[in-house]
Amino acid sequence: MKLWKSTIAAAALAAGLGIASAPGDAADPLKMAWVYVGPPGDGGWTYAHDQGRKAVEQKLGGKVQTSFVENVPEGADAERVIRDLAAKGNRAIFTTSFGYMEQTLKVAKTFPKVEFYHATGFKSAPNVTIYNSRMYEPAYLAGIIAGHVSKKGVLGFVASFPIPEVVRNIDAFTMGARSVNPKITTKVVWVSTWFDPSKERQAAETLIGQGADVLLQNTDSSAVLQTAQDKGVMAFGWDSDMTAYAPKAHLASCIEIWGGYYTKVAEAMLAGKPLKSTVWGGIKDGMNDLVSVNASVPDAAKKMVAAKKADIVAGKWAVFQGPIVGQDGKVIVPEGKSLSDQEIDSIKWYVEGVEGQLPK
Amino acid sequence: MIRLRLVPRAQPSRAMLFVAPLLAIALTLLVGLLVFAWLGQNPLRAFRVFFVDPVSDMSGVSELFLKASPLCLIALGLAIGFRASIWNIGAEGQMYMGGIFATGLAIAFHDRGGAWLLPAMILAGAIGGMLWASITAALRAHFHANEILVSLMLTYVADYVVKYLVFGPWQDPQANNFPITVQFSDNALFPLLAQWGWEAFEGTRLNASVLITLAAIPLAWIFMERSFLGFQLLVSGLAPAAARYAGFAEKRMVWLALLVSGGAAGLAGVSEVAGPIGQLNDRWQPLYGFTAIIVAALGRLNAIGIALASLLMALLYLGGEAVQITLQLPKALSQVFQGLLLMFLLGCDVLVNYRIGRVPAAAL
Amino acid sequence: MLESVTPLAASAVALAMPLILAALGELVVERAGVLNLGLEGMMLLGALAAFATVAHGGGLVPAILAAAAAGILASLAFGFITLTLQANQVAAGLSLTILGAGVSAFVGRQYVGFRAPASFEDLPIPLLSKVPLLGPSLFSLNALGYATLALLAGTAWFLYRTRAGLALRSIGESPVVARSLGLHVSRVRYGAVAFGGAMAGIAGCYYAVAQFKMWQEGLTSGNGWIALALVVFATWRPLRVAFGALLFGGVSALGLYLQAIGVQVSTFALASLPYLATVAVLVAISADQQMIRRHAPASLGKPFHDDS
Repeated sequence: MKLWKSTIAAAALAAGLGIASAPGDAADPLKMAWVYVGPPGDGGWTYAHDQGRKAVEQKLGGKVQTSFVENVPEGADAERVIRDLAAKGNRAIFTTSFGYMEQTLKVAKTFPKVEFYHATGFKSAPNVTIYNSRMYEPAYLAGIIAGHVSKKGVLGFVASFPIPEVVRNIDAFTMGARSVNPKITTKVVWVSTWFDPSKERQAAETLIGQGADVLLQNTDSSAVLQTAQDKGVMAFGWDSDMTAYAPKAHLASCIEIWGGYYTKVAEAMLAGKPLKSTVWGGIKDGMNDLVSVNASVPDAAKKMVAAKKADIVAGKWAVFQGPIVGQDGKVIVPEGKSLSDQEIDSIKWYVEGVEGQLPK
Repeated sequence: MIRLRLVPRAQPSRAMLFVAPLLAIALTLLVGLLVFAWLGQNPLRAFRVFFVDPVSDMSGVSELFLKASPLCLIALGLAIGFRASIWNIGAEGQMYMGGIFATGLAIAFHDRGGAWLLPAMILAGAIGGMLWASITAALRAHFHANEILVSLMLTYVADYVVKYLVFGPWQDPQANNFPITVQFSDNALFPLLAQWGWEAFEGTRLNASVLITLAAIPLAWIFMERSFLGFQLLVSGLAPAAARYAGFAEKRMVWLALLVSGGAAGLAGVSEVAGPIGQLNDRWQPLYGFTAIIVAALGRLNAIGIALASLLMALLYLGGEAVQITLQLPKALSQVFQGLLLMFLLGCDVLVNYRIGRVPAAAL
Repeated sequence: MLESVTPLAASAVALAMPLILAALGELVVERAGVLNLGLEGMMLLGALAAFATVAHGGGLVPAILAAAAAGILASLAFGFITLTLQANQVAAGLSLTILGAGVSAFVGRQYVGFRAPASFEDLPIPLLSKVPLLGPSLFSLNALGYATLALLAGTAWFLYRTRAGLALRSIGESPVVARSLGLHVSRVRYGAVAFGGAMAGIAGCYYAVAQFKMWQEGLTSGNGWIALALVVFATWRPLRVAFGALLFGGVSALGLYLQAIGVQVSTFALASLPYLATVAVLVAISADQQMIRRHAPASLGKPFHDDS
């Protein structure tokens, strides 16, 4: 596939031509900048990236100097912001939303000595490296808890847009739950937005009205969790630890952890050897996790989560490993096989147990 | 105690037309001074970063024009309707539709376009914007449905049409299922001015679409100030009864106002998708259609005023980015200054039409 | 059937309540002949003021008061510019939206990430709340929800049954005539604008302390625009505002409900449904031209100077 080939080519090119920038002066801190799609105050996606930026500051203190630009629209403005950041002497620039892909590539061409890191995209270049997080891993673990906790055997998922990233999270959540209770089903409602608390709340109410008693969402606000608490059902946090929003309803949070990766990038640059390889990290790499499990969750669930987590970390087991049965009951991934990263990155099908049809 | 009151001027003050904006900027500076001092920043430096640095080189100036161009274009169209008291606030949706129509051509002729492709896209974009606006026009003219509401609601719908297309039939098959179309081929993109050998713009991304705006400014001025049709629109806005008496068909005015503003918004849409973005995607929501309403009002519904107001709005955007990048001040703060400056500017405009006088002793 | 429709109704009502609050305020403002497009900004300021109040240990009543005060303050700034200084109301309202969004985002940064320590919870009315279909929606609201219904009735009564209401409406129709009758046009308009600000602020309070129980930048997510649309949709009549808000909430909930029960329609088509329904109903209502003319305040949005 194109993506992986170009990445390998990029890495080879970078190594071969020695494009790596020289390490900075000791007196001159390494300047790194982040481009955010929302405000750090969104309590979700951008908040998680900002936590990562802060982690770099904390770890590497005087050696690096970080800055960020928030609420950058994913259109014509982004290119200007990224260009300005490059022109202002930043040596590594993180563009943290899919919609910055083309803009990042364009600017990268004119600043060959600056390293660009683009989150969630699929096109790379000699100085554009892509990174992403396998959120389906914590989603699967959340499913295990949901399978234990759900009394009605109906789960609800508030989804944003039908892209593989979201679809595979629905699948993983459902497979996790069915590993506990094979009869459980997941109802999905698509809200066609990443952030609209009113609509997310209505979607949650709809799912609860349809009998769902454990909810998960792939949207950016904590409204689903709040609604769950109001209506007396359970739910999870997404992107960042959302315990404080709804302590009673909060079962656990699927969180992104960018600090480790960002610190690694910074350290590599300080050492004069910028990271150039595509990173698609999961629990094993410390890039995400399931955290803050509610005390009310039964021990059996906690044990099972811990065991699966250990298997993932040890590389003994993967979420998209056969047997995986599709919605129509036919085997999609036979026993003994598992999906490659490219295949996971283009999932456009539901597993058995998810109700309804995937929107076209 | 002396009581003050506003006394209407017999003639709008020409001097105040220039003094009012300066006064507004001074007031904003004053508030900014206090806020920056309170935040522990050097206020003078902050304001240099906000207002001067962004346009201190050619690349900054180009960005200013690039940002101002669609705002100006849409606002010119809106102003024509606003003069007739026809409040099209759905230019954003009409802009999306312009982008959609242009994108349709760009995709259909991706590998086999010629020099004709871009002009065809420009035309299609204008038609797209007009068609979307004509829904509002038809409902207003024939069913008396309020155009503010209809055009606003249709903006939401247009957004979903974009999403439907880029998630579905128009998705780039190479795009890993992400909601984007192909990158347009060169035939479907506005050439950069630098490519035409205009050396001053070397290295900038200012493209030929600004020429559309530059041409539109005098055209709009002539239409609004010198044409009989423009006069009819103005009269039907100021005195609907008189307009009816004079036989100006109200329906015609509605259609005219919405088609012109829709077409302008559609053109702005083309200049975005075939300009700096180079594709259609689900994240394209620049809100230019809404910002242009402020631009039109700030420019006092006058073509020259709108051109200046669009530059000011663009500068506020660039300045907001600059203080974030350079001083790490939150984006929200630049929004605060934008709001303040606009409010002050609107307030100071009072001096154009009124002077401050004392309340006569007899009235006390 | 009834069992699955009942939560649908509840969901529609929940979405409608804050919209009704904000739209009622704007309705009074517009009835006085003033167009304040700054609803979204005032709602955000109100939401933040309310959340900050409970976050600092204030009670729920102080939260409402703080939200109303924030809304009033913002609306008076708008009033000063448009009523005293005669600025363009459309532009001033839009500027107020930008300002409100900016100030609330800037000040609100410290309130992100935790649940409101105090909040309005549902108060089901015994017996009534058990009535099928409407029971769980209309009779198990929170205190602010009941207050909304009271304010709805109060506003309708004020506009149509009191002298002051008549004065306000006549000013909206023709300020020149109203002044010749001895009415203080500016004073009444200031009052109306302040009322609109208070209601928008309280609507913000509803989002922050009753519905979401949190602060997040842009919490109101464009609902101020929907409220504005509802006023026109309702042809400036209070009860129709409630009807419109419920319809909007209902169609929006219906789109999600159809998905949840597995109806195969494009999600984007379903998401457009509330907006298309609004247009369709508006067209149906507006076709009777007499009615619109009778209800739209004739001087809406036009500046009026007391000395002119």
